[in-house]
Amino acid sequence: MLRDEDRIFQNLYNDSGADLESAKLRNDWSGTKEILDKGREWIIDEVKSSELRGRGGAGFPTGLKWSFAPKEIGSRPHYLVINADESEPGTCKDRDILRFEPHKLIEGCLIASYAVNAHKCYIYIRGEYFNEGQKLQDAIDEAYKNNLIGKNALNSGWDLDIYIHYGAGAYICGEETALLESLEGKKGQPRLKPPFPALIGLYGCPTIINNVETIAAVPTILRRGAKWFSSLGRPKNTGTKIYCISGNVNNPCNVEEEMGIPLKELIETHAGGVVGGWDNLKAVIPGGSSMPMLPKEICDNMKMDFDTCVENKTGLGTAGIVVINNDQDIIKCMARIARFYKHESCGQCTPCREGSGWMWRMLERMAAGEATPDEVDMLFDVTKQIEGHTICAFGEGSSWPVQGLIRHFKDEIIERNKFDPVVKKDQNIPYLVDQHLLEKENA
Amino acid sequence: MSLKKIHKDQPKTFEFNEKSMQAAKKIVSNYPDGRQQSAVMALLYIAQRQNDNWIPLQAMKYIAKYLNMPYIKVYEVATFYSMYNLSPVGKYFFQVCTTTPCMLRGAYDLVKVCKKKISENENVLSDDGKISWMEVECLGACVNAPMMQVNEDYYEDLNEKKLLEIIDSIYQNKIPKPGSYSGRINTEPVNNRKTLLGNKNA
Repeated sequence: MLRDEDRIFQNLYNDSGADLESAKLRNDWSGTKEILDKGREWIIDEVKSSELRGRGGAGFPTGLKWSFAPKEIGSRPHYLVINADESEPGTCKDRDILRFEPHKLIEGCLIASYAVNAHKCYIYIRGEYFNEGQKLQDAIDEAYKNNLIGKNALNSGWDLDIYIHYGAGAYICGEETALLESLEGKKGQPRLKPPFPALIGLYGCPTIINNVETIAAVPTILRRGAKWFSSLGRPKNTGTKIYCISGNVNNPCNVEEEMGIPLKELIETHAGGVVGGWDNLKAVIPGGSSMPMLPKEICDNMKMDFDTCVENKTGLGTAGIVVINNDQDIIKCMARIARFYKHESCGQCTPCREGSGWMWRMLERMAAGEATPDEVDMLFDVTKQIEGHTICAFGEGSSWPVQGLIRHFKDEIIERNKFDPVVKKDQNIPYLVDQHLLEKENA
Repeated sequence: MSLKKIHKDQPKTFEFNEKSMQAAKKIVSNYPDGRQQSAVMALLYIAQRQNDNWIPLQAMKYIAKYLNMPYIKVYEVATFYSMYNLSPVGKYFFQVCTTTPCMLRGAYDLVKVCKKKISENENVLSDDGKISWMEVECLGACVNAPMMQVNEDYYEDLNEKKLLEIIDSIYQNKIPKPGSYSGRINTEPVNNRKTLLGNKNA
């Protein structure tokens, strides 16, 4: 288990309060000016050598992303956008950072915007998190008052303004280009890439987009050094991560742990074990609903980091772990996830708009046992037609969980779905016009 | 999605009141000059709050004029996002999350209670016209499942009995305390906390 002093988010459960005074006791805002004085190259190099990877799902190296921003401000201003549109089923880590550790986020915004030459930072919060947004706004006001941000922030000569922008209940706006569209006051429909937002983003200007947890971790990394951060976890999968453990466990919770912690240890130590014991485990979704599920055999020896997940044909995603035990109907669970994706598809690309509905309807029939055994392969084919044929990664996100279900529980689906649509020869159904075709001599 | 249906009784006019106007001005100043269209989402919220939690067509026209953008663009935004109600909802608007993590922990039991105590169908007002409910997708409090949102507050770690209590007290105009209903603090594991104990006892 990770030592308490190595945890970045000391106030994850709000033991001491989110205001500036308590935040300073937790070492926030200490030595921030010295960090800025070391220059943007040092900051980017340090983040690079810490091997911090984006915590929003894709796991892109943060330092590398920052280095894509143009070195000098040209004719267009730069923007920093924080993605707090946390809507992935199974994930609720950013919510705790927004309401209990807002100063870590604001401090991270200052450092990051200095590193990427941005004077304006927008924080895009999902509309449902209204109260959390208000708490963050309080913290921003506090920071303005104490000259931590604003004109000549911390006397470093750098100006920074932070604004909150509320979303309005669209999952797709968590996709970075859809988020930019939404921020510009349009429908949240993703843009084609390239051009990448680092060069042409918000209002056509260079824009760096990061997840809340990534940015909130940066100040602590720079204070304690990249060496400390990279000593946790293993190479390329360094540091700590907030895991959200939900579903059929005895004590669902958020907990910050080291990267690469065994899944079994995580569930048994922190979440009080699976309901009905480890042997009652059916499957685990390791990284939010868009990642393929893993059956118990793999979960036994699974380690929670980016690369191990990829080796097992899934992904760490946002580390929202959904535990499903044997008391649940696994096909029904996946049908509900498919319904989520059908509801949230933005409707821009045909394969995703139509396919997400097909997948949902087929899975509902499979859950009810009304499908034919052949349809399982047909469903897999449908997922393959969606994956990779859409503008954004929503296509993958909606088809991977279905693929995961078929990969690991195909036998169970076929077992339940024995329906045979072919009319047998001896059955005389009067309304079937083509009945004569069933007779061999007429065929 | 039925709330995307335009209400048939539309008010003839709509204008921001003093308070809304101030809020709108402040929001528009957050964005660079000439990019005031960015404020459309926030302005729709302001209109929704002013107009008893739903947006009439006149408000969209008003906002379009205010931000100097085509009416159809405002209409597009209002119909794309799910949090804008285009028909009236109850004064207390229950949104029950039923996505898989909540479903695993019994969200459909909550739906049953809503059907029995509020109204048989979604988005239909209760008999006294105070409450309406609907099923929604993930609200982002999965470790506190099952949960629901009433207006802006989250009610977490619910079960049938606790939901019944909440509904009863709202019928009596008492708004219960939001947050977790299992006695835990925020997202810590119930009775099983092993981390940051130093902070807890401090």
